[in-house]
Amino acid sequence: MSVLIIEAAGPGITLQDGGRHGYLRYGFTAAGPMDPLMHATANRAAGNTLDAAAIEISTGGVTVGVEGGPLGLALASTGFRIALDGEPLPPAVALTLEPGRSLVVRAGDTGSWGYLAVQGRLDLAPVLSSLATHTRSSVGGLDGRGLAAGDRIPVADGRPGERAPHRLVAPWLDRAPDTVRVVLGPQDDYFAPDQVAAFLGGPWTVSPRGDRMACFLDGTPLKHARGHDIVSDGVAMGAIQVPGNGLPIVLMADRQSTGGYPKIATVIGPDLGRLAQVRGGAQIAFRAVSIADAVAARRGEVKVLCSPAAREPVVRTDFAPDFLLGLNLVDGVTDGRPWEHTHW
Amino acid sequence: MSVPRLLDAGEAALVVEFGNTVDPTLNDRVLALDEALAADPPQGLRERVPTYRSLMLHYDPLVLDRARLVDHVLRLTGSAAARTGAATLWTLPCCYDAPHGEDVAELAGRAGLSAEAVVAQHAAATYRVYMYGFAPGFAYLGGLPEDLAVARRASPRPPHPRNAVVVGGGLAAVATVPMPTGWYVVGATPSRLYAPERAESFFVEAGDAIRFEPVDAATFDALVTREASGEPVARRGLAT
Repeated sequence: MSVLIIEAAGPGITLQDGGRHGYLRYGFTAAGPMDPLMHATANRAAGNTLDAAAIEISTGGVTVGVEGGPLGLALASTGFRIALDGEPLPPAVALTLEPGRSLVVRAGDTGSWGYLAVQGRLDLAPVLSSLATHTRSSVGGLDGRGLAAGDRIPVADGRPGERAPHRLVAPWLDRAPDTVRVVLGPQDDYFAPDQVAAFLGGPWTVSPRGDRMACFLDGTPLKHARGHDIVSDGVAMGAIQVPGNGLPIVLMADRQSTGGYPKIATVIGPDLGRLAQVRGGAQIAFRAVSIADAVAARRGEVKVLCSPAAREPVVRTDFAPDFLLGLNLVDGVTDGRPWEHTHW
Repeated sequence: MSVPRLLDAGEAALVVEFGNTVDPTLNDRVLALDEALAADPPQGLRERVPTYRSLMLHYDPLVLDRARLVDHVLRLTGSAAARTGAATLWTLPCCYDAPHGEDVAELAGRAGLSAEAVVAQHAAATYRVYMYGFAPGFAYLGGLPEDLAVARRASPRPPHPRNAVVVGGGLAAVATVPMPTGWYVVGATPSRLYAPERAESFFVEAGDAIRFEPVDAATFDALVTREASGEPVARRGLAT
């Protein structure tokens, strides 16, 4: 049996499958990926079911190795810096990790989350039929906690992938981060029309203190028309609540199942990942769409995820100046391992 | 009877709102619809989340069209005005003594009562499970005696142990997972409302009733052991 070895891990690295569904009525949040589309993309590239358990990688970064035999991996990210034993790879890549080698994933200039799926099944005991980690209640994944150096994750039915790394073709992951689509409500009537307009237009600055539970927004505080306390009701992922200080909070994967602040709008499912990927300090605005538009966007996601997984060999497509200066002739291109010197 | 408001929480959740107060009659309407949908669920309905005054329905909009869900809900609210299932009364052992009833003295001070009176009043009441929320198995209970209805703390106290019995803001609760809280810890129950490894991970349903039966610290410890061995210490029906 292959074993995935966590050689180094920053904070906030967890195992996530499609989520622990069916227990919201008992106060138990589903957890699951912050960027469901990217999580599914990694699983699809690894040949898994779209909701299989994968490693969710925060900007803290992770280094993994493998024991017991070569193991195929699919990594989906945008803007993360990936290296296999020091050789740079594209941010979305399929590769085979051999024992003794290390795959290093580090945050780059953009993107907050990446996903690493294995060709095989992470062989851990599920809790309530799910491996999704919810650290606040110490449930799921590995002992209900984030991954740490020294952790060993057994992989059942592990298999190698193609020998040479391949770039994943997934243009749908390149989502413009500036405008996030919402459906207004359920409590938009707690705000006057000019405040709803102010909410949509923003701009809002994403606070760096966000986590898997919530995305905090800074900007001009909104005014409530009818107070800021409501009798608690249900909270969907992507619900945007406005507490007493007027600054919106978008409730994400690890949110509580119910809450007592008015929710001015709800991020549509297909844009949850778009928002989750925005780094602290960046600015966003919102755009209200109809239910029909939101459902159409969902259909679009299903369509791309149902299409055959496309990949292309890693070839040198960009020559960094220092690389060109150091090159005597073009013979470096033909050394048989073109990805070795690639700069991305 | 008034028709509920239908509020969208995105394209994959619909809130059926019966009112905006904490009220048993209102909560009964929520639970009646919850029950009716459990018996007759439209395909594509994923989860039902009852709260004090509304039922949130999570659905897959690629399977279940919103208009069809709305039709289904309105048809059921027209016919299912009352709950048909009987609510269960649960008796949970509760130790109010040290070290479990950490905040009894403080609460007594706030309420202008003796510590004994706080315990006696808390243990005499029958509570209604309005809803779960906040954390796995965190049950919000109505029916707290008015004398114990003090505001929650302005800033949270340090995390309480598992299965703390707490009061605050006019409500009672069983707090399953250790967390910092603004509520007052009056005791602890050896019963686990939430045990993920148990076949029935949650056994108390929204709408059920709960009473607390005082036990001393030694009995509490023995019951914790019994509960851990897989023998539930919560009892159906009244304490004998």
